[in-house]
Amino acid sequence: MATAIEFNNVSKQYRLGLVSTRTLSHDLNRWWTVNVRGKEDPYLKVGSINDRSKKADSEYVWALRDIDFKVEQGDVIGIIGRNGAGKSTLLKILSKVTGPTTGTIKARGRIGSLLEVGTGFHSEMTGRENIFLNGAILGMSKAEIGRKLDEIVDFSGCERYIDTPVKRYSSGMTVRLGFAVAAFLEPEILVVDEVLAVGDAEFQKKAIGKMQDVSSSEGRTVLFVSHNMASIQQLCRHGILLKNGMVEMTGEVGEVVDYYLGGMKNVGDFNRRGNGAVRVRDFRLSSGTVTLGEDITVEVDIEAVHDADMVDISFDITDELGKQICHVSNYDDDYHIPHMSQGEKATVRCRMLGVNFAPGCYNSSIWLGNPYTTFDMVYSCIRFRVTQNETFIKRITPYDRASKVVLQSRWQ
Amino acid sequence: MNETQEWTTVIKPKDKLLSVDFKELWRYRDLYTLFVKRNIITQYKQTVLGPLWFVIQPVLTVIMYMVVFGGIAGIATDGIPQPLFYLAGTCMWHYFSDCLNRTSNTFVSNSGLFGKVYFPRLITPLSTVTSNLLRFGIQLGLFVVVYAIYAIGGCNAHLTWYILLFPLLVLMMAGLALGFGILISSMTTKYRDLQILFSFVVSLWMYATPIVYPLSLVKGKMAAGFDLYTIMRLNPVTPVLETFKYGALGAGEFIGWGWLAYSFVFMVVLLALGVVVFNKTQKSFMDTV
Repeated sequence: MATAIEFNNVSKQYRLGLVSTRTLSHDLNRWWTVNVRGKEDPYLKVGSINDRSKKADSEYVWALRDIDFKVEQGDVIGIIGRNGAGKSTLLKILSKVTGPTTGTIKARGRIGSLLEVGTGFHSEMTGRENIFLNGAILGMSKAEIGRKLDEIVDFSGCERYIDTPVKRYSSGMTVRLGFAVAAFLEPEILVVDEVLAVGDAEFQKKAIGKMQDVSSSEGRTVLFVSHNMASIQQLCRHGILLKNGMVEMTGEVGEVVDYYLGGMKNVGDFNRRGNGAVRVRDFRLSSGTVTLGEDITVEVDIEAVHDADMVDISFDITDELGKQICHVSNYDDDYHIPHMSQGEKATVRCRMLGVNFAPGCYNSSIWLGNPYTTFDMVYSCIRFRVTQNETFIKRITPYDRASKVVLQSRWQ
Repeated sequence: MNETQEWTTVIKPKDKLLSVDFKELWRYRDLYTLFVKRNIITQYKQTVLGPLWFVIQPVLTVIMYMVVFGGIAGIATDGIPQPLFYLAGTCMWHYFSDCLNRTSNTFVSNSGLFGKVYFPRLITPLSTVTSNLLRFGIQLGLFVVVYAIYAIGGCNAHLTWYILLFPLLVLMMAGLALGFGILISSMTTKYRDLQILFSFVVSLWMYATPIVYPLSLVKGKMAAGFDLYTIMRLNPVTPVLETFKYGALGAGEFIGWGWLAYSFVFMVVLLALGVVVFNKTQKSFMDTV
């Protein structure tokens, strides 16, 4: 297999704070040092590692630092990492939206990038006009789009509205149309940002299927960024884990994802929102794997930062595509925490009885709040797998992916 | 491993100064035509009068000039009927200033698009200059109609052979506007206040160009010890405008091939400089815009 893309010590530096302050003086200083005195750029030497949680000690930061790896032709690479790890910067450089500060990237073949769905759509123009415009922006020729027009319209499922201005479309339809155009791009290298996170479940399945076709049957190289570990594992063969702008690990996608999730033990590692009156301090799961039909117990340590009344807690369980499966609330068991005073700690134990989800991976968020406000919400932090149970499911064919619950049945 | 196979794409921190990829520009020609189409379609959608505005604007402008400059100030128009004289200048100038205003904020107004996908950025200002030709054409049609009415009525405006230079004159107007526009747009990505300065400069520039008065009026006049006539002709737009007015109306006298050549060279140098700077900016502007 030939190498499709080669990253050679690619780095990207950004300035912190307001870009416009003192730019001119820095520019002059840089110009003086490099062009007149013939020395190295003074600002390339400074700059700290990109760790957003720490206060910076320099005005410059390395969003990417010495990225160095090769991608084989026909491989599907998943790029993972926490927010701010440099994933999007990497894709931006690869799709030539912005240049690297140092280093080079070499690639064989056309690079098609999909950082956003429906880029350049104009709301006053019809769906058909926008297909042509969007396709041309992504690098297709008019003739190429004309040839594929029927397929694109068919894939998007917007045939009835194709001669209607896009401003009359629902947001879902706009996205479908945008993805449909992108799906028929034929570059040798495809760069995809988290565009699959949009659209309804049916469309997501279609989109994932299309991407799998692209890589497996047509032998094209795909780089895919996502926070959704399930779709990464489903789509990709290899993974690259970025941390603070540097490559932390490369390897088989399963290993990399496990390593990444293993590293996410603290609640602070996850995305969260809320006013912080009561915070989730820690959580524990009775087991990461649960057999179909058995119970699963979650323990959540909470602490009141301020006085709070009516502290409710709930879990939103989603499937691997991020589609909600069920909502578990303290109300359903008449369990209430009427008041927590400042500094008070508590451990809430929730036992979910007889999990009847179809075999597969599930995520759950933790929500703390009251009917008026959210104290703390930790996204997708609980992760568990449901395994087969032969007394429940005895069919010979594997349990189909589309079904999300298992219903026991008695036959006569 | 087949390492001998050529790399087709190489992404480097900085390109050489003069590495404008014209081949790539040609490959994206379909995008260019689609952008032109989009600009035209979307400009007057959901307006009641639609393209009629193209005509209303110059008519109102000319009436205004007739009142202020022709009536109140009493500035001569080289013996040409005032509406014709002003219309000739306004059509050309509006094309120039409109192109300049639209291309000069290319990066800022397209940052959403430019931040998501790569295509040769030069396509955007090029398509703007082209789609503005439609409006220019309609206004020129208005000029021809007014001209015909005056010709039937009998007036001293007449065509001269220099009207054959017209295609070149339009090209020069477009080139000058594009050159200034992309140069300004490259500078305004970093220092946004230049945008305000330039829109101000453009509106003043009109008065430094013989539109509301004939160039012959400044002949022999001095300002602060400089020969105003020479300074006026150094404005690269002046020779283009004067040649058009002489060619179409026989107004004044031909400015001379030397000055026209000066304007042309000015345009070529400006375009070359603009393209180089623009090309350099497109790599890094996402970080500064």
